[in-house]
Amino acid sequence: MMASSYNAKEEDGNHPGAANHAGAGVVKSKKPDNTAFKQQRLPAWQPILTAGTVLPAFFVIGLIFIPIGIGLYVTSNNIKEFEIDYTGADINNPCYNCAKNFSWNSTTQCVCSVPFTLEQPFESNVFMYYGLSNFYQNHRRYVKSRDDSQLNGDRSALKSPSKECEPYRTSEGQPIAPCGAIANSLFNDTLELYHIDSNGSRNEIPLVKKGIAWWTDKHVKFRNPGGNDNLTVAFQGTSKPVNWRKPVFDLDPEDPDNNGFINEDFIVWMRTAALPTFRKLYRIIQKKSSTTPTLPSGKYVLNITYNYPVLSFDGRKRMILSTISWMGGKNPFLGIAYITVGSICFFLGVVLLIIHHKYDTRNNSADIPN
Amino acid sequence: MYNSERLKSSKGLLRKRRTIVPSSAEDEQLSLPLKYKSNKIRTTKYSLFSFLPKNLFEQLHRFANVYFIFLAALNFVPVVEVFQPEIALVPIILVLSVTAVKDIWEDYRSKQKAYIEQCWKDVRVGDFVRLSCNEIIPADMLLLYSSDPHGLCYIETANLDGETNLKQRQVVSDLPLQGLQFTLESFHSRVECENPNNDLSRFRGYMEHPSGVRVGLHNNNLLLRSCTIRNTETVVGIVVYAGHETKAMMNNSGPRYKRSQLEKHLNTVVLWCVLLLIIMCLTTAIGHGLWLKNIKDSVFKVDKETSPALAAFYVFWTMIIVLQVLIPISLYVSIEVVKLGQIYFIHNDLALYNKQLDSRIQCRALNITEDLGQIQYLFSDKTGTLTENKMVFRRCSIFGVEYPHEENARRLEVYEAERSEAAARSVTLRSGCSGRSVSCRHSSVSLHTLAAESEEEEQLSNRTQPRTRAFCSRVAKEVLPDPELVRKLNWFRSPVLPLRDGSSGTPSNLELTYITDFFLALAICNSVVVSSPSQPRHVVPEARTPLKSLDEIKLIFQRLSFSPFSALSILSPLQTKGSPHSFTSRMFSGGKTGSFTLSPPTNCTTDGSETGLESNLEISYLRCEHDSSSRVKGRDTGQMDGRGTEDDIKDIKTNPEGTRQDVEQDVEDLIREEDCKSDTDDELLYEAESPDEAALVYAAQAYCCTLRGRSAESLLVDLPGIGSLAVPLLHILSFDSNRKKMSVVVRHPLTGQVVVYTKGADSVIMDLTETPKVAEEAQEICSHIREQTQHHLDSYAREGLRTLCIAKKVLGEEEYKVWLKGQLLAESSIENREELLAESAHRLETNLTLLGSTGIVDRLQKEVPETIEALQRAGIKVWILTGDKQETAINIANACKLLCPEDQLLTINCGSKDACAALLKELQLKVQHGEDRLTEVPAAGNHGKSSSGSVAGFILVIDGRTLDWALQDELKKDFLQLSCRCKAVICCRSTPLQKSQVVRLIRDQLGVMTLAVGDGANDVSMIQVADVGIGISGQEGMQAVMSSDFAISRFKHLRKLLLVHGHWCYSRLANMILYFIYKNVMFVNLLFWYQFFCGFSGSVMTNAWVLILFNLLFTSVPPLVCAVLDRHTAAHTLMELPELYNTAKASVPYMFWITVLDAFYQSLVCFFVPYFAFAGSSVSELSFGSPINASALFIILLHQVIESPTLTWIHALVLLLSAASYFGFVLLFSLFCVTCSPPTNPVGVETLHMSQPLFYIVCALTTVTALIPRLLFRALFNTLHPSAVLKSAQTDNVDSEKYRHKMQRWNLSKTINRLPVCADNPGLEPSTDS
Repeated sequence: MMASSYNAKEEDGNHPGAANHAGAGVVKSKKPDNTAFKQQRLPAWQPILTAGTVLPAFFVIGLIFIPIGIGLYVTSNNIKEFEIDYTGADINNPCYNCAKNFSWNSTTQCVCSVPFTLEQPFESNVFMYYGLSNFYQNHRRYVKSRDDSQLNGDRSALKSPSKECEPYRTSEGQPIAPCGAIANSLFNDTLELYHIDSNGSRNEIPLVKKGIAWWTDKHVKFRNPGGNDNLTVAFQGTSKPVNWRKPVFDLDPEDPDNNGFINEDFIVWMRTAALPTFRKLYRIIQKKSSTTPTLPSGKYVLNITYNYPVLSFDGRKRMILSTISWMGGKNPFLGIAYITVGSICFFLGVVLLIIHHKYDTRNNSADIPN
Repeated sequence: MYNSERLKSSKGLLRKRRTIVPSSAEDEQLSLPLKYKSNKIRTTKYSLFSFLPKNLFEQLHRFANVYFIFLAALNFVPVVEVFQPEIALVPIILVLSVTAVKDIWEDYRSKQKAYIEQCWKDVRVGDFVRLSCNEIIPADMLLLYSSDPHGLCYIETANLDGETNLKQRQVVSDLPLQGLQFTLESFHSRVECENPNNDLSRFRGYMEHPSGVRVGLHNNNLLLRSCTIRNTETVVGIVVYAGHETKAMMNNSGPRYKRSQLEKHLNTVVLWCVLLLIIMCLTTAIGHGLWLKNIKDSVFKVDKETSPALAAFYVFWTMIIVLQVLIPISLYVSIEVVKLGQIYFIHNDLALYNKQLDSRIQCRALNITEDLGQIQYLFSDKTGTLTENKMVFRRCSIFGVEYPHEENARRLEVYEAERSEAAARSVTLRSGCSGRSVSCRHSSVSLHTLAAESEEEEQLSNRTQPRTRAFCSRVAKEVLPDPELVRKLNWFRSPVLPLRDGSSGTPSNLELTYITDFFLALAICNSVVVSSPSQPRHVVPEARTPLKSLDEIKLIFQRLSFSPFSALSILSPLQTKGSPHSFTSRMFSGGKTGSFTLSPPTNCTTDGSETGLESNLEISYLRCEHDSSSRVKGRDTGQMDGRGTEDDIKDIKTNPEGTRQDVEQDVEDLIREEDCKSDTDDELLYEAESPDEAALVYAAQAYCCTLRGRSAESLLVDLPGIGSLAVPLLHILSFDSNRKKMSVVVRHPLTGQVVVYTKGADSVIMDLTETPKVAEEAQEICSHIREQTQHHLDSYAREGLRTLCIAKKVLGEEEYKVWLKGQLLAESSIENREELLAESAHRLETNLTLLGSTGIVDRLQKEVPETIEALQRAGIKVWILTGDKQETAINIANACKLLCPEDQLLTINCGSKDACAALLKELQLKVQHGEDRLTEVPAAGNHGKSSSGSVAGFILVIDGRTLDWALQDELKKDFLQLSCRCKAVICCRSTPLQKSQVVRLIRDQLGVMTLAVGDGANDVSMIQVADVGIGISGQEGMQAVMSSDFAISRFKHLRKLLLVHGHWCYSRLANMILYFIYKNVMFVNLLFWYQFFCGFSGSVMTNAWVLILFNLLFTSVPPLVCAVLDRHTAAHTLMELPELYNTAKASVPYMFWITVLDAFYQSLVCFFVPYFAFAGSSVSELSFGSPINASALFIILLHQVIESPTLTWIHALVLLLSAASYFGFVLLFSLFCVTCSPPTNPVGVETLHMSQPLFYIVCALTTVTALIPRLLFRALFNTLHPSAVLKSAQTDNVDSEKYRHKMQRWNLSKTINRLPVCADNPGLEPSTDS
């Protein structure tokens, strides 16, 4: 009988003083809209979590995780890894002397050789890492001590680096390029690997230094000021970091394209490690043929030009040889964790099943009508 | 729109008063320029330009924002700096802007209901303003001139207080220029009045004429801003208050801001968070100090000079910045936003919409929605809250004789029964006569139809003409007269009869005068404004020449009243014999003839207002057609008055001829006459300030004692058998709640004496009446009347009727003069006018003669018993605080099932404080015994005081006087203890102050959540004191609504508001708070764990932008949406099982620690799974952070899914969008941000990792491992301890009947060790069984 259509008004009710009383023709009804949304009747899925509803999920998780875990574990086990500490903290270590007599100012380079034996051949490409321990590359002040604009080839930043670089910002009145503590502490040991033949001769193993940095870093993030030609000119008026022996444009005398900020060793170092024990990719040993292993088992010698001091802060230096898989380096943790979690889920699923049979006899999930 | 004649403004301001001089006057003394506020009004807080600074300033008052700014500032200190400065500013800017948007919205919302700004702003104090009919008054002004010859002016105050009736305003008395056209030049007076205040009903001041004469000014002279001029052609006034100083504006405080209980609790939670933060920061600081001490010279040590201790100190502050999100400051903004959403839904609820009034619930307080879910005590007013406040005359007692009005009672019953049916009837007809037609049929058949019709029509008229809704309910208007009383009135009409048959059932003449006086008092002792549909709200001209024979009646009356007891038979045979026939006939039909011949209805016909006539004709025509009764055949031809005449003629014809032995015949004649009269009389409409008054006037009308119009000096009344009489009105002492009575002083139209008619609460009147000391016989009669009336009053009260006593007093001329002097003095005084007036009234209202009493029905609102029962089942204690009599209150309590038959009533009515103390102790013992007995009974469920309503309990009834003592400090404790043990408490005869005292006592002493609901001005203080104040927008204006937090139109709305919305809002907000804390702790701990691997140096493994936005953006919307949309239990389940209301209460504290623990666990998993996965590898900082952040996001969002009781497509959408926004952001960021975010450079990181399977392997493992415990916990908990909420949710889809039974059994068993249980709050459940 009240045929008028209700135009719901959004605003609040009849506050006194609303000067709308003068009787503007149509009286709008204040009746709220009868919509599912406004009346809070939206159809909803109501997940009532009971043993009955949850146990399939547990079983499913268990069933998925255990195979994944096994796969991961197998993959990780197939990865071959060899690690050798050459810090020289121990008196028996060949590098003990170098470590002991280290000084930043010494002009002569200290070289030591560490022999080692590979029990198993490394089949595929081998990645050669240097590893540092107890090295806090993630220290807040350290992490900040860089100038990304400068590293990106910004000329003004080259001449006046960010104040974050302090106290490695200027040296002898000239701006340091690259500035900052990270660059200053660049890892500068040189590692060479020799294979000792069965007849005792040393064969140098070719180490590829290209491709160790991220593509984005090499091509986007790091750029030399004024392009790559004539870096000497480009870096004119800047000073090398205090700890460096060579200026930045002279880092790699063998490859001119690997100099300046886009030097890959430098780039790798600049990507600060997340944890105090870390490794960084140093070189790649590429597989030459499909028939011979990249690194056959046998004796090897690691030649180290010992430039980098770590003993002052109880650090360690290592050299790591590793093959990699689709999941990265050797890491049994993930496989074990997957298997464990999967098993736990499966076990819980069984427990829930028992509980479900004992207590929970009702319907499972519910859909609210309307 | 109006003419403002403004010449010059000179204003005066004294300390305590303001002086207003017309702008035209050039007064030297007041030449100093004094500033009164202009009439410009701004109701919105902000303008376009002032918004930014003003809003910012206001926001800075909040602790939260100060904290954010502190953090941002801290970040500018280089040694502790964490982010780039601009990133640190993001949170504060975001929070400020969200708040600003919210403020704008609220402001906009208030703007919509604001006053329109017109060119009113130019009006200044001292200006003369001329207004025409139907114009809105622009400022508070003093009425100086009205086109009405009596200097009257009517205003409608609906804009101000919602009252739709007209109020009469009067030109300042003694203005010399009255009557002439008002000229500015002639006005030289000075006005002194009090300073602006918000009291709408008070205005004090005086006007000083040049001659030095002072004239008192009062409220009656004041035209209030935003009211509307009605029925008056032109008025002129002088502005006294303008702009924000007007009473209307000073009353408009806008929405209130209360701090909710949950928010208070939130503060403690936040304090815990602060503590946690400090512990974490200290740990880091100490760790850093130690670490730095142990680390010797190293290449990565940048700052080599700083000592470890100082560095540790720096790190402390750094960590405060890093871990800042641990303190959920943005939660405050979120809560406010969520509450707005909740308010939106409450506001839009159809169940809280009243179709008849076309009103929704008004949410005036925006931030206490969740308090609705925690109410433990409900204090309710009775009248208008539990009842309709639609007063209907039910029965009366006059001269100690009770007239039960059986027919009337039956009519009301029929109405009650029929109201739900709403019979389908032809609507066109009724809309044609616009719901105004009244026909008072008395056959039982028509009773039926009438009832159905009235309900329907009520709705109809409410919709079409809301203005008449208040007091024009048809039920109130139609009173079926009591046959006995009618017969007695008829005896009076035909004074022959008492002579003929003096003994059997014949009323004495004294009784007749009582009856006449009684109805006269009913008709005139009020402030009712009369109007009729055809000529709305007009003053009926009072001039009517009375019949010649009136003198004779006067004579009778004079004799009767002068010497009421000297002669029982006053009418000597001689007198009547003189012209028995003519006299009788005149007596009998005089009223009709008079009204027809002399001044025909005054309203429509004579004025020649054709429209009015036509409409009347139409009405009568339609009714005739509609009416099945044959009685009205052929009536459609004549003029409408002709019908009346016809009837009269018939009467006249029949009366002399007829032998009139049959009394029944008389009754029928009279009733028919009334019928005709109400048909002919163009149906007067009465608009009264209170519904009681209207009810009484209608009752008088039913006995042909009709109030036809009123002017300032006189009232026009139809008297049975006499006709229209002008009753000179000398004074009105209007009603006030302290005196509890009102009086009119009139010159009696028949005797010429000055008579005071007083109407008031029985307790007051009974004390003031006295037995005359004249004659023993009279004394006897008087005390007999008193006794009988008291007896009747008690029985009325037991029936639940509202009782009023009517009394009169005859004043001698001298006496009157003396009193008048005092009264005038009181009226013109400024300072203590109230006291003087009260004193003056007190002088007048003594030594009254009791005439009789009335009983008025105030029906219960729909679904009140059900609502009260539901609330009680929900564990809410319901108290009734009323000003009514004890019996009435108990009766109403009975009717609304607050009281069960088994309940024991404990009544405290004490005469002294000591007695009260003793009684309290005694009752406590009694209750103790009662409880002991109950516990001995092994029956289940008897323990719970708040369990289902059928359990017998104690009901405490206390009256106002005793309450005063009980509320005193010494007895307070006893009273509290006693009332705690009672199922319900009824406080009757309580004053507004007492009401608020009771609420405050319970609220403060018991520390419980209180809700007060009321509809009238007397409930305002109670509403304001309670934690949640609810106003019922009913019949008594808007004052309760204006002071309330929520305004509803029906009591039954409370049920859904509390049980559903309250429950929802509370559990939603509680869950949101927990979730926010969980989220913050979880995320912040990730950063904390990292400190153990970075030398406690305050490093983060995340890009600063991601870190900041993670909480503010990526994960902030889902909890908000959930907190607005989640339905933990279906609405109908909550309505059906009020017990669930309890489960929502008090869940935060326990759940807080479980949540924090879970957050710790999850963050541990979320950090250490990636840690072990990447330990020793070449992972860089950001690469390490990438899977951690992604898993944290998944965990947080899925946690929400687990915790969310309902998932709609909106939930799904928001969750997906949140995840998408995160991934979208980090991907874009790592693609394009080459140098934008030093030192944590994100370029290439995420793109690289997301293309590697390892990322997903880690994320999957982390997410699953982190969520297993929560999932398991929920599943086990729900299985082993199915809570009420869960079970009820399952009743939705499973066989509901079966579960109802199960639930009830469960409830019973649960009440034994009643503990709050909640599905989302498993921490509460004691693991006793399993």
